[in-house]
Amino acid sequence: MAGKYVLEATGIAKSFSGVTVLDGAELCIEPGELHALMGENGAGKSTLMKIIMGIYTKDAGKVVLDGKEVEFKSARDALDAGISMIHQELSPIPEMTVAENVFLGREQKKFKGLPFVDKKELNRKTQELLKEYDLDQFISPTMKMKDLNIAQIQMMEIIKAVSYNSKVIIMDEPTSSLSEKETETLFRIIDSLRKKNVGIIYISHRMEEVFQLADRVSVLRDGQFIGCVKVAEASREQLINMMVGRELEGGYPHNTAKKGDVVLELKDFTRKGVFENVNLKVHAGEILGMAGLVGAGRSEVMKALVGYDPLDSGEIYLEGQKITIKHPNDAVKHHIVMASEDRKELGLVLCRSIKENVSLQNFDKLSKGSFIQKLKERKMAGEYTEKMATKMNGIDDLVSSLSGGNQQKVVLAKCLLSEPKVLIMDEPTRGIDVGAKAAIYNIMVGLANQGIAIIMISSEMPELIGMSDRIIVMSGGQVKGELEGAEAQSQQTIMNLAFGGE
Amino acid sequence: MTQKKDMGKILRQFGLVIVALIIIVFMSFTSDVFLTSQNIINILRQISINGILAVGMTFVILTGGIDLSVGSVVAITGVIVGSLLKDGTNWFIASLAALAISMVCGAINGWLIAYVGFQPFIATLSTMTIGRGFAQVYSNGKPYIISDPSFKVIGQGYFLGIPVPIILLVIFCVLGLVVLSMTTFGRYVFAIGGNKSAAKLSGVRTQRVQLMVYVLSSICAWMVGLILAARISSGQPTAGESYEMDAIAATAIGGTSMNGGIGSLTGTICGFVILGLLQNSMNLMNINSFWQQIVKGLLIIIAVFLDMRTKGKKN
Ligand SMILES: Nc1ncnc2c1ncn2[C@@H]1O[C@H](COP(=O)(O)OP(=O)(O)OP(=O)(O)O)[C@@H](O)[C@H]1O
Ligand SMILES: [Mg+2]
Repeated sequence: MAGKYVLEATGIAKSFSGVTVLDGAELCIEPGELHALMGENGAGKSTLMKIIMGIYTKDAGKVVLDGKEVEFKSARDALDAGISMIHQELSPIPEMTVAENVFLGREQKKFKGLPFVDKKELNRKTQELLKEYDLDQFISPTMKMKDLNIAQIQMMEIIKAVSYNSKVIIMDEPTSSLSEKETETLFRIIDSLRKKNVGIIYISHRMEEVFQLADRVSVLRDGQFIGCVKVAEASREQLINMMVGRELEGGYPHNTAKKGDVVLELKDFTRKGVFENVNLKVHAGEILGMAGLVGAGRSEVMKALVGYDPLDSGEIYLEGQKITIKHPNDAVKHHIVMASEDRKELGLVLCRSIKENVSLQNFDKLSKGSFIQKLKERKMAGEYTEKMATKMNGIDDLVSSLSGGNQQKVVLAKCLLSEPKVLIMDEPTRGIDVGAKAAIYNIMVGLANQGIAIIMISSEMPELIGMSDRIIVMSGGQVKGELEGAEAQSQQTIMNLAFGGE
Repeated sequence: MTQKKDMGKILRQFGLVIVALIIIVFMSFTSDVFLTSQNIINILRQISINGILAVGMTFVILTGGIDLSVGSVVAITGVIVGSLLKDGTNWFIASLAALAISMVCGAINGWLIAYVGFQPFIATLSTMTIGRGFAQVYSNGKPYIISDPSFKVIGQGYFLGIPVPIILLVIFCVLGLVVLSMTTFGRYVFAIGGNKSAAKLSGVRTQRVQLMVYVLSSICAWMVGLILAARISSGQPTAGESYEMDAIAATAIGGTSMNGGIGSLTGTICGFVILGLLQNSMNLMNINSFWQQIVKGLLIIIAVFLDMRTKGKKN
């Protein structure tokens, strides 16, 4: 017996071009346990995982797997040794089929030694996996990755990681793009993994999940190991305190803004095959929640509203005036802006700087004619990213070097700088830590108090209920109900409607 | 630590400058012709052709595209100007007519790519072939002799003692630098290359910008077409063959990513200067042109390799 841990990482240090990201990080995983790893955005969680997986090289420390010290040169090595990972940032290859994607790098050969892939076999195996996890009604092995929505892509990543039959599985914010239903599936998968004695490292910013699932929690703060506690003996406050190093107010701030006139009204919004006859109104100072399962058409309606996607029919009224939006440019000019749920695809230009990303949408303010006012640009980009408490070295950093949560803050900074009249926030706190979440909720209430109408799409039920003044529930591309007051406080009612009930 | 990052950036830019300096120092010791004013002007004149094309190419590649048709636009410009001058048209009018047609070529590229959804390689490969064919058909395969002395100034004249093509090169470079680093259009170019969908959702009219970038590239090709026709006193349907390759090479050596989104015009300028120096040096050393091709290819590999390393692809 080599000790009680399958995986032990101790004294891990790492710096990127002189900036220390990890310093004495530690993580010990028992077989069959679900070990949550928590910490603020940029605490170094993903970096630690990438070191364990051999994607980054560590500066110091050691990783011990099954009692033997290991030094993986690449993710391939780690997979072969029995560690697999679900990454926070998804990177599917759009032109590949689902089956090809799942078995990428370990394709079944038709004839031994010859490079012909046995497609039939791949598809059959994938179908089995899909069936095992109840996904076969939505996804087939021959579908292209680009035709899946973000939740489905996430589910495929999960299935892929599971299919390696590893001893340890790392899950970096696996639920951040899933809705309730898929999350349940994931939890079922997790249960069966535990029975097979697989050790799971689970990174999440969602307290409820951690308390529901985890056996133990380790906390990182500023790259340092703060401690490891048994969940049964820990309290929410204690964990938050460990993460941020101070007390934090819990709960949701109350939207005290006085509801004004209708700012935005959509009439009979239809895009064939996607959504149908969607009507909605949102008032100044109001936070309108949009509930529904992933794929209910909420994001699609909003993307059509801002002119990103085509619209077959429907009318838009802004402050009583009929307007037309043919391109996101029109929307931005009308101060209707959207912070997308998919920051990598639609939110950010990853290979450019924070500053350039923030200003991209806002040159009407930051330029004279065609010429950029560089001083003003620096000042405003700095100011708005500071406001969001973005953890960065400076606004000239590439966005790709930021942690997932901090990238989200850059998206929000960009949208706020546009002085929106209507702000559409699609999963605004996705991947954001407790401290920053509270900050974002407060900002939302602050914006509402300035008379901004906010439309929030969220798959996190407590957040939706806690923040919204009114909730619209969509299912299958249609509005199934509108809830206000006490009704909007009932998870039961919302879920019923979301599943298509009346 | 930001300082450290800046150092890396400076080193990268300087890396190319250092290469250029090494060539210059080496050549000035081994050849007594190299540093003569005649040879320097020679180098600059050679550079001006590829340099102007590379400015346009950099814009295109930064958006994640490519423009293979520039060589053909050079030829089209030459034969159109040649035929009009032969008919006695004023040189200025003739040049403008050629400009209009070049811009149409660029707009066709841009339209196919941005609005119809062709891949840039395929779209410009087709227009390259069609353009070359058009130049041949239009001229019946024969060059037009150009004798208009005012037109020849563009390729052969001097202004304040400096050859006109070199002045034009400087103008194009400066304009390019200003547009790319100081205007919103420049930012859009980078953003589209980095993530077109995100740029669109941010309100950037991506299709329009893409179209304009190809028109810009064609305008550069038009300028080169005029310079070339004026210098050799003829409008040739075969002019500019495979010029696109040198322009792409200069851009790649300068550190611009072929995926778009990352790169700079200063890099490209270093790129075409080094290519020009190298070519001239090898000519002076009597290295035959077959070997020159091999060296050019190796240079691209080495430059891109070093660029990957300094950008820290590892980690
Ligand atoms: N490739 C990189 N180059 C430079 N800095 C990096 C790189 N990757 C991460 N960092 C920095 O390291 C720090 C830790 O990042 P990491 O992604 O590990 O955070 P995290 O704990 O996973 O945060 P989140 O909850 O937001 O996902 C951040 O400040 C980030 O900016
Ligand atoms: Mg992370």
